[in-house]
Amino acid sequence: MSAILIVEQVLNGLQFGIMLFLMAAGLTLIFGVMGLINLAHGSLYMVGAFAAAWVAGATGSFLLALAAALAAAAAAGALVEMLVIRRLYKAAHLDQVLATFALILIFSEGTRYVFGSFPLFLDIPDCLSGPVTLPGGIQYPLYRLVLIGAGILVALGLWWLTTRTRVGIQIRAGENDREMIAALGINITRLYTLVFAIGAALAGLAGALVGAIQSVQVGMGEPVLILAFVVIVIGGIGSIRGAFIGALLVGLTDTLGGIFLPELFKLFMEGGAATQTGSALAAMAVYILMGFVLIWRPSGLFGSRA
Amino acid sequence: MIPERFINASVIAGLLAVPLWALMADEIFTITLTTRAVILALAAVGLNIALGMGGLVSFGHAVFFGIGGYAMGILAFHAQTFAPLELGPLTIEGTKSMPVIWLVATVASALTALVIGLLSLRTTGVHFIMITLAFGQLFFYFTISWSAYGGEDGLSIYVRNSFPDLNTLVPIQFLGLCFAALCLALLLQWRLRNSAFGLALNAARQTPQRVETVGLNPMRLKLLAFVISGAITGLAGALFADLNRFVSPTMFSWQLSGELIILIIIGGVGRLMGPVIGAAIFVTLEHWLGGLTDFWHIWLGVILLVIVLFGRGGVIGLLTGKEGPHV
Repeated sequence: MSAILIVEQVLNGLQFGIMLFLMAAGLTLIFGVMGLINLAHGSLYMVGAFAAAWVAGATGSFLLALAAALAAAAAAGALVEMLVIRRLYKAAHLDQVLATFALILIFSEGTRYVFGSFPLFLDIPDCLSGPVTLPGGIQYPLYRLVLIGAGILVALGLWWLTTRTRVGIQIRAGENDREMIAALGINITRLYTLVFAIGAALAGLAGALVGAIQSVQVGMGEPVLILAFVVIVIGGIGSIRGAFIGALLVGLTDTLGGIFLPELFKLFMEGGAATQTGSALAAMAVYILMGFVLIWRPSGLFGSRA
Repeated sequence: MIPERFINASVIAGLLAVPLWALMADEIFTITLTTRAVILALAAVGLNIALGMGGLVSFGHAVFFGIGGYAMGILAFHAQTFAPLELGPLTIEGTKSMPVIWLVATVASALTALVIGLLSLRTTGVHFIMITLAFGQLFFYFTISWSAYGGEDGLSIYVRNSFPDLNTLVPIQFLGLCFAALCLALLLQWRLRNSAFGLALNAARQTPQRVETVGLNPMRLKLLAFVISGAITGLAGALFADLNRFVSPTMFSWQLSGELIILIIIGGVGRLMGPVIGAAIFVTLEHWLGGLTDFWHIWLGVILLVIVLFGRGGVIGLLTGKEGPHV
């Protein structure tokens, strides 16, 4: 248990948290503006990853792959919004859950039909591969640092978009009162499609970026989706700032818990039992964290509506 | 339009006729499929009490299904290895007796439902959906890392558990047990629906404020519905584990929670026989479409989308021409 290990794990946790933020931001934006609970968000993550892997395989360019991921996920999102999601805004949550669950089935099996059951691989580009030496002599993979940086840039961009641009003002107005901004001459239908596409593009970007360090396969989106739900429940549904803080909390808890809880239990238990108890507890740590946050604040850290 | 009572009677008749035909024609596999449908229906009847009567959209009912399954798995595992379960000062002998296993499964699920309900019912709407989903994941990951009972690989039980005076290894006798359990659960739901509790719960779903003003606690009504619901789904889990003689973390998976909701939606939310019709259609589709194509989930997705977008009220809603209760 050295300082180097701790720094490495904290960075891993940050990287994981930042990627969760990209997912959670879209989810919380869509919920905040349209009041829609979108289970198919994980499918858009998967679409982004597959588009990136496919384009990277065909062209060899990572930048093109990222562009493809953004475009494919945004297009899939816009298409789904126009065909299905649009009919669900006024529906009960149960209907939203079921319809988007149906979309997961269609997306997952459709992707399996096109690409097969075997995972695809997306390579880290040469210029970003290999370790860098951080101050203090710590070796850390460059790509993961780039992920953290890219995520923070996106977070800043999103903050800029929602607070400093005309579209952002419209989006925030739409959260508060959709009839009013429709009466002011904003095309609310188009605004909703746009918001959904932005959320989808963020998920697709996350899928492509993470796809380079994991394998790209059917079903990759759902575990991330459920963690992203935990994030927005902790952060407060509808709050982008809450999603950011929540994502970092969840990312750090999950990563650090997996490493340190077994070690912690070794202090007062014998080796095998300690590892088992520690890792079982670590697997549940995120959900236990959520439980505590809910007991303390049922509407989340930054939530306004319960 | 067909009256709901007539539909209910024909469903029960159909559930009796299919296995009888299968028994005559010596179609063992059909009996197994029917057993699967009956058990899934039982699990969904449990969920329907929370979802249809209480308006609680629980996306984590697989928790109770899994707890029932693991109650059976753990007890039978200790019986088949002849190693009692040591819990500190407590020593618990394993057992292969179904009634004991069922009792443990329902009590354990009910207690878990009490704890989960106390926490989750602090919230409503989307929060409730997500929290129950997260509880499901909590149990899923816990069982994966719990290597004492097989971890990710699950547990195999070599011989089906026994019931006094019956030979549960004969498929039709095991089906009979499951069918009896389903009928009892349906009877319970029917009695509940017309009881003072059921009426109050119905009111609590629609307008909690009104229930509160007449001096009832809507939260407590919903909690009780959630506990009963969890207990029934837990019993179904124990039966499902006995059908497959296998338990694994997939019994806790969120897909299973989703499928239980789907069963209810296909049949009709809040309808007595909704889950039964849903389960029958689901198992038939799974078997028939699954035989036609490897990608049958696409078609399940399409069917589900059509039902949600256009066919409000599921099959029963379609047949009776009435939408049914809103959730």
